[in-house]
Amino acid sequence: MAEKIATRVAYGKALAEIGSDENIVVLDSDLSKSTRTDFFKNEYPDRHLNIGIAESNMMAVAAGLASCGKTVFASTFAIFAAGRAFDQIRNSICYPNLNVKIGATHAGISVGEDGASHQAIEDLALMRSIPNMTVISPADGISTAALVKQAAKINGPVYLRLGRLDVPVVYPEDATFEIGKGVTVKQGNDITIIATGLMLDMALTAAKTLDEQGVSARVIDIHTIKPIDVDLIVVAARETGAILTCEEHNIHGGLGSAVAEVVVSNHPVPMDMVGIEDQFGKSGKPADLLPMYGLTAENIVEKAKGLLAKKRG
Amino acid sequence: MDAHAVLNLKRIATNIRKGVITAVASAGSGHPGGSLSIADIMAYLFFEKMNIDPKNPKNPDRDRFVMSKGHCSPALYSTLAHRGFFPVEDLSGFRQVSSYLEGHPNMNTVPGVDMSTGSLGQGFSAAVGMAMAGKLDKKDYRVYVMLGDGELEEGEVWEAAMCAAHYKLDNLTAFVDYNGLQIDGKITEVMNPEPIGDKFKAFGWEVISIDAHDFNQIEEAVKHAESFKGKPTVIVARSVKGKGVSYMENQAGWHGSAPKKDQAQQALDELDAFLASLE
Repeated sequence: MAEKIATRVAYGKALAEIGSDENIVVLDSDLSKSTRTDFFKNEYPDRHLNIGIAESNMMAVAAGLASCGKTVFASTFAIFAAGRAFDQIRNSICYPNLNVKIGATHAGISVGEDGASHQAIEDLALMRSIPNMTVISPADGISTAALVKQAAKINGPVYLRLGRLDVPVVYPEDATFEIGKGVTVKQGNDITIIATGLMLDMALTAAKTLDEQGVSARVIDIHTIKPIDVDLIVVAARETGAILTCEEHNIHGGLGSAVAEVVVSNHPVPMDMVGIEDQFGKSGKPADLLPMYGLTAENIVEKAKGLLAKKRG
Repeated sequence: MDAHAVLNLKRIATNIRKGVITAVASAGSGHPGGSLSIADIMAYLFFEKMNIDPKNPKNPDRDRFVMSKGHCSPALYSTLAHRGFFPVEDLSGFRQVSSYLEGHPNMNTVPGVDMSTGSLGQGFSAAVGMAMAGKLDKKDYRVYVMLGDGELEEGEVWEAAMCAAHYKLDNLTAFVDYNGLQIDGKITEVMNPEPIGDKFKAFGWEVISIDAHDFNQIEEAVKHAESFKGKPTVIVARSVKGKGVSYMENQAGWHGSAPKKDQAQQALDELDAFLASLE
């Protein structure tokens, strides 16, 4: 499992793989070498349309193409998709429920050196608040490829949250995924750690440490933030009695909030969240930034222990 | 266009205007001014020009129309109703909770509406996407889009304009309803978008300026756009906001307010009188 691949790369390669479907059109806004839609462009140049540095226009152009029967993948950085083009995504894509997939790369602080202006830490909150939207946040290259292919088969809007950073491959090649269904990656009975995106790998590392210290931690990958897997979360709440969420996103409005909404109305248990504590990121190497903002296996272990103490009252 | 055809279109446009008044008055809200100003263009497009079929509103080969200035839904709905997409009587349910006629166009509830709009600028981009799809599929349908002159203040309009010219979307025809007024007053005083034609020309468009209430000019411009290759065409249509209702004409105040019952009756009487004068 030493292999690493950025989810944006897995996205671009998956697009190239499914590109033989002539209905698929890929839009990009001058970032195809970064979003990696260039993999598709190299294979199907006629169906890769560069819209230039105009993300708002791109999203509504995507809506127009989709209204004519196209399956459209529109790509840019998460900050310019969910942020700059929010209104277009809401009004032109989600309100009419059109078949547009938003490939939003460079999400989270692991963007690194570009700094706070380019580090989307609000996109999950924004996107999951729009009716009709499906929100996907894969943990590794294997799940990304599978979920991109499934997203292409859904008739409706999908937001795919992807990263710039090379991240460890968590899943075996033959793993299967279903949009809307979380994955129990590790069993455990004392506490459940629910992670999304690159935090899954850290959650597994943390669970191993906890195991060594006599704490049996369950680890769940919520790759679909919306519609969220209510059943899996409720069972975890009931069986383990404590839930810790981990996300590379503001603790307000993202995975933690989505899980809390499920827990509070179904089976309330003590919860805590590992995430960005309502502050902007900064420039730096991802390896330096992640610990600076508390996104580490060590912090997950710490918070898990605090939560266990709360659980035991 | 012969005199008989012009006369027929004048009748249709007047009936569209009556539908606008009925809808907006029934709702007690809505946007009559910019709906009345485009009624003649709507009549020409939907009754003379566009390849559409009320019995098959989703035909993939149809011509498309996008009301980018979505607040002028009364004009679109009235046109569609008179063209047979749904009953004219339904216009009186406009904006009401029991009706499918949303305040701004909804492509999933209203037959004949090709794109949901309302947030200005976005419909123009969507029309660009439709024209791109036509090119990709090598289909010969055309895409028409109606913009407001105030709408030109939205930056997205110019992103879309750049994009349409870049991709040589000669299957796209845009109209600018150049009535000179927006909610807060004259466009030249609120945020001047002029010179409109020169701006589009600089963005790589074929530009035609017409009188929005002259059917011969409308037809000539639309046909020119259709035959012009290599560039999208914009038809800058000088119009009278509130056209056809004496007290609404050239009054910014009627951009987004509904006539009261007696005012609506006066408007309908004036339009009926105009209809009678055509006979």
